[in-house]
Amino acid sequence: MASTLPAADNPDMKSGNVRRAPWHAFLPLWLMCAPAFLLFVALVLVPLLMTLVLTFYRFDPASGPIAAFQFGNYAEVLSSSYYHTIFLRTFGIAFLVTLLCIVIGTPEAYVLSRMRDPYRSMFLLVILAPLLVSVVVRAFGWSMLLNTNGLVNQAFGLVGLGPYKLEYTTFAIVIALVHVMLPFMVIPVWTALQKLDPQTENAALSLMASPATTLRRIVLPQLTPGILSGSLMVFGLSASAFAIPGLLGGRRLKVAATAVYDEFLGSLNWPLGATIALLLLVANLIVMLTYYRVLERKYTRSLG
Amino acid sequence: MSFLTLSDVTKSFGDLQAVADVNLSVEKGEFVSLLGPSGCGKTTTLQMIAGFVETTHGRITLDGHDITHMKPNKRGLGIVFQSYALFPHMSVADNVGFGLEMRNIDKAERKGRIREALSLVRLDALAHRFPRELSGGQRQRVALARAIVIAPPVLLLDEPMSNLDAKLREDMQFELRGIQRKIGTTTIMVTHDQSEALSISDRVVVMEAGRITQIDTPYEAYERPENRFVSQFIGKANMLPGTVVARDGDAIRIDLGHDLAETGHTAQLPARERVVGVGDAVTLCIRPEKLRLCAPNAGRVPATVTSRFFLGSQWLYRLDSRLGEVLVCCQNEGTEPLPEGATVGVDWNSEAIRFIQRDAHHG
Repeated sequence: MASTLPAADNPDMKSGNVRRAPWHAFLPLWLMCAPAFLLFVALVLVPLLMTLVLTFYRFDPASGPIAAFQFGNYAEVLSSSYYHTIFLRTFGIAFLVTLLCIVIGTPEAYVLSRMRDPYRSMFLLVILAPLLVSVVVRAFGWSMLLNTNGLVNQAFGLVGLGPYKLEYTTFAIVIALVHVMLPFMVIPVWTALQKLDPQTENAALSLMASPATTLRRIVLPQLTPGILSGSLMVFGLSASAFAIPGLLGGRRLKVAATAVYDEFLGSLNWPLGATIALLLLVANLIVMLTYYRVLERKYTRSLG
Repeated sequence: MSFLTLSDVTKSFGDLQAVADVNLSVEKGEFVSLLGPSGCGKTTTLQMIAGFVETTHGRITLDGHDITHMKPNKRGLGIVFQSYALFPHMSVADNVGFGLEMRNIDKAERKGRIREALSLVRLDALAHRFPRELSGGQRQRVALARAIVIAPPVLLLDEPMSNLDAKLREDMQFELRGIQRKIGTTTIMVTHDQSEALSISDRVVVMEAGRITQIDTPYEAYERPENRFVSQFIGKANMLPGTVVARDGDAIRIDLGHDLAETGHTAQLPARERVVGVGDAVTLCIRPEKLRLCAPNAGRVPATVTSRFFLGSQWLYRLDSRLGEVLVCCQNEGTEPLPEGATVGVDWNSEAIRFIQRDAHHG
């Protein structure tokens, strides 16, 4: 795997004392990384640092942000039940979306991998199609479907039900997010399926495992690394999603990202907005790293 | 009735007959190899026995029971796959124990049987490793242990050695045979490697284009090939065209060409060839190791060495003679071999000549 590194070849994979090549051997590699690294510093690290600095500022409604070093903003976000609700809602939605994506995306990828070619490319395109349409357009699409006079309620009306309030609900946010995030789950699971030796399923069958047991004990565990990376992407993107909660959640059903937007552009309270943004980032990191650690450790040895 | 029988087993994919009318009876404890070039239907035949491929026509019975349409997970056969198909997320011990677990065998007994199977393939020390931490040969042994731990009625091996390097393959062949003898499991192995099939099986089934061409012991298949295909697929062979000059019962005398110093050669006719008569064009075969090189004007046919190949224990000469190109195999006696371009005589015993087939008449 690390064959491009100039590190001395170690005969035993498990031995920890790998002899490293001298530092100057790595110089070409550093130089090759430099453009991307500079771009990363300029566009990610510097703005992030500026946001961090901003969180310590004081806000005065009359004169705007005032340079300071104090933790008032953190105290406000962390102690207010208003923000607790927003964060809980954000992560609740992200968790639900991830769960639904696993439940829908894994079988979808499995079925897809079993299809023969004309259909397989067709359905792969159908799954990837949402990525080709702007999130805003998709959000409006869902909005048209779900509003009080929308197609869904019209259909309910035909059988004498409703109309129900579907738009501006958590339900609307979740369903639209699942639609958007599904490709991010299907693709890594699909990749894991490509690596799976189809004969392992036959091997399990030959050992008298039922098809259901084979799926549960043999196929699913081999897909776990794919599901894991898919979940991380879906969770991270859902927790920080802005357009869909903004358009389908309305003004009252706020999530962290829309709350940040409102602080920055509505109340013009930049320090508070920056604090929420930073806390969202930290919370997201904690959740994802914990999840990664717990599951990944179990599978690195066997599945790499 | 035999332990495992295939009667008129056929598999068609659309218009293509992958396997056609295969009839095979395997006795209990026997080691049978399905041998043939790729695409001859041997793997499809194995897959039908395993149940992964549905038969189009015909019957498969195991121990008196019809298993033709039984689901693969009900047959309980032990299978070693070409890719080994180990479960990558399970340790060696869990891989081997999976089949026992599916049979609801309790944990204590499972443990003992896993240990037993692993010690049979000499992998006791690696029970806690994962498949990706093993070498190719070790993975192969795990696959074998996983298949035999369930004490299957029949063990199916699908090209089990094809992913091993030559030296390891040879070792594994002997080991596989040893293990099979020890546990006495009826075994069917698919292979395209004729030397592997010859060295370890009780009987070989030679297949060509979806059909069985010969079922025999390795020795008989080598010594008495039934047609041109078998004679050339198993070992090396010199094919000689000739004309029948006399027939006496099952013995025929054949003229190998008009300008030869000595013309007559006798060969035994196999029982199936009753129609051969005087004047018929026939094909004969002689193995390279049954030809002898002698002094230039001795022997039956003079020849010139065109090239030679050193095989370690033997020298293989390619000669140009009036019989066409002839291969001769000589023991390496430790003396200087013949140089390329040397003139020699070629001799053989009449009994070494084999009748292969009667050719169509020309005109």
